[in-house]
Amino acid sequence: MTTITADHHGDHAHDHHDADHKPAFFQRWFMSTNHKDIGTLYLIFAIVAGIIGGGISGLMRAELAHPGIQYLHTWAMFMDGPEATLDQAYHLWNVLITAHGLIMVFFMVMPAMIGGFGNWFVPIMIGAPDMAFPRMNNVSFWLLIPAFALLLGSTFVPGGTGNGAGTGWTVYAPLSTSGSAGPAVDMAILSLHIAGASSILGAINFITTILNMRAPGMTLHKMPLFVWSVLVTAFLLLLALPVLAAAITMLLTDRNFGTTFYDAAGGGDPELYQHLFWFFGHPEVYIMILPGFGIISQIVSTFSRKPVFGYLGMAYAMVAIGVVGFVVWAHHMFTTGMSVNVKMYFTAATMVIAVPTGIKIFSWIATIWGGSISFKTPMVWALGFIFLFTVGGVTGVVLANGGVDDVLHDTYYVVAHFHYVLSLGAVFGLFAGFYYWFPKMSGRMYNEFLGHLHFWVFFAGVNMLFFPMHFLGLSGMPRRYPDYPAAFEHWNWVATMGYMVMASGMVIFFINLIWSLAAGRKAEGNPWGEGATTLEWTLSSPPPFHQFETLPVVD
Amino acid sequence: MATLPPSPFDRDRRNRRTLVTMALVGLAMLGLGFASVPLYRIFCEQTGFGGTTRRAEASSSVRVATGHTLSIRFDSNVQPGMPWQFYPEHPTDTVTVGAKDMAIFVAKNMSDKPVTGTASFNVTPTQAGAYFTKIQCFCFTQQTLQPGEEVRMPVLYYVDPKILDDPDNRDTQEITLSYTFYPVEQGKKAS
Repeated sequence: MTTITADHHGDHAHDHHDADHKPAFFQRWFMSTNHKDIGTLYLIFAIVAGIIGGGISGLMRAELAHPGIQYLHTWAMFMDGPEATLDQAYHLWNVLITAHGLIMVFFMVMPAMIGGFGNWFVPIMIGAPDMAFPRMNNVSFWLLIPAFALLLGSTFVPGGTGNGAGTGWTVYAPLSTSGSAGPAVDMAILSLHIAGASSILGAINFITTILNMRAPGMTLHKMPLFVWSVLVTAFLLLLALPVLAAAITMLLTDRNFGTTFYDAAGGGDPELYQHLFWFFGHPEVYIMILPGFGIISQIVSTFSRKPVFGYLGMAYAMVAIGVVGFVVWAHHMFTTGMSVNVKMYFTAATMVIAVPTGIKIFSWIATIWGGSISFKTPMVWALGFIFLFTVGGVTGVVLANGGVDDVLHDTYYVVAHFHYVLSLGAVFGLFAGFYYWFPKMSGRMYNEFLGHLHFWVFFAGVNMLFFPMHFLGLSGMPRRYPDYPAAFEHWNWVATMGYMVMASGMVIFFINLIWSLAAGRKAEGNPWGEGATTLEWTLSSPPPFHQFETLPVVD
Repeated sequence: MATLPPSPFDRDRRNRRTLVTMALVGLAMLGLGFASVPLYRIFCEQTGFGGTTRRAEASSSVRVATGHTLSIRFDSNVQPGMPWQFYPEHPTDTVTVGAKDMAIFVAKNMSDKPVTGTASFNVTPTQAGAYFTKIQCFCFTQQTLQPGEEVRMPVLYYVDPKILDDPDNRDTQEITLSYTFYPVEQGKKAS
């Protein structure tokens, strides 16, 4: 792509260099303004949240393995006291799906993609010494802690029928207003406010960094695609999250101060909440996947030893996805009673998004085509991403049809679709990025065998877990219920087995992580060879505490 | 040849400018989120979106499309727990398009306390909303019923003849007008 000269090279010794002087432990990690340390904090946070969110899905799969109520009532007795009713058990189910959704979206994928990899590599890739506003960066991270604490804490206070917020991650009124007495939903809403504020500050920081802090010669059209993806994502965050903040603020006032924004009794309309939520919610799904697109582009190019095919097309495809993503929101609301014309518009607009997405998929394939491919762990994860994301994209085109969605709305087909694009798409992107940059971040190589094993076990597990959900949805099994007719038992049982396979894959990941951190081979500055052309590979592994004190020059 | 790096002073100033611009963009989107409440209501009233009905003055004159009739059904509900009986005197009616017609709804307070109620309304099919025009309706104001009191409430309406020219309403032969009464609670104001 571009030839890069930088003053720091991997083979330099930095150990006693001024740039590598680190503050004491407390100052370094609790008052950090260093983008790499904050990135590390974000990644640790995301891993912890991922364990909790993933553990909750394990509880749900255990309950769903067979028809009838297996464990839910026992868990409700544990949470709400020994006299818990069956209704409280059903409420607990709603709490579990709500917590799983909110944790995975706001506290796992977003912190890992944007906060973690974005913080670590955006400044380095554009040749900047740090983020534009390092102290604001620190605030962004530490706001997440009270947000997460509020969400977890809400589980232990009353939320209507039982303890906890059982509204679904969408927090639809009137269930979230008149249907959920008690402080749990208020706490969950405040948690979203704080997490949203954190993300908006982060977004402003990324936009400023990318627009103003680029090294000489690093024009917008020379930026690595990962930086492009974070730039587009940051704009989506900045435009979408304030609308969510407004929507849930009105929920709060409806709940506590007698307003009727979403209450027909006072002239409001609960459907307005759905419009506002999805005006945020649809861009939100691109917020989760776009940085993954960027990561995959870097990896595919590195391990094919070729520049990305159609660089400008790839960059502007992401811009197009971001723009069109703001005008398709009502395809989440096809069953609210829309006229045929409105459905036609939202169907057509949604399908248009398949065009830039297709440009990305085919450009990745064209990048691989004729390349000198090495199947290192990041590359197999990237290939897995391309395959699985395409599967999820195809079911997305199916669901985009307003007429088809009348049948499939709120069935397991939808669950299968969004887990293929997020749980398999975004998460495969995360693992690909993690293996790709692990040597750079930690200074040690991961274990290649365990990395491959993790991939194959995880790949088999998630497909076994989520593919049968297409069958369940097509046969009419609705989402968000802890129980189902016996006819659905077979594929539910297969899905639960798939969860266990996936969970064993995660055990391999953590073994690999711990082993590599403790005893992994020392990584050189650029362990991937000539295919790795971005600036982070010109630095040592791990990079010096302060990089680019003299700005690199890109020509 | 690459340009010289900007001085730190320049860079800080540019960063601050970008920060302020982006913060304003965020605030504008926040404002748009709140502004969507009145915008949504205006949008529904102007377009008849989602079955929102029209309102007209009694003096308004419309062409009566003789020979074109529509069946009108009346649907009545009260919010669960509200101690009212509420029903139309005649559940169906047949009107000539463009002709003014009156329907009577009966409401009775079954409790021993005075209850104030307000009604929300819309029509299905939703694309007929833009043509269903009300001249007079009990739903325009709040109603207070004393214990045991029964009232007969009129709705004066007509169906705009333009409905006959709308391709989306080609299949419309029947329009259902639905009301739901809600109790007006202390401290709850219409937004």
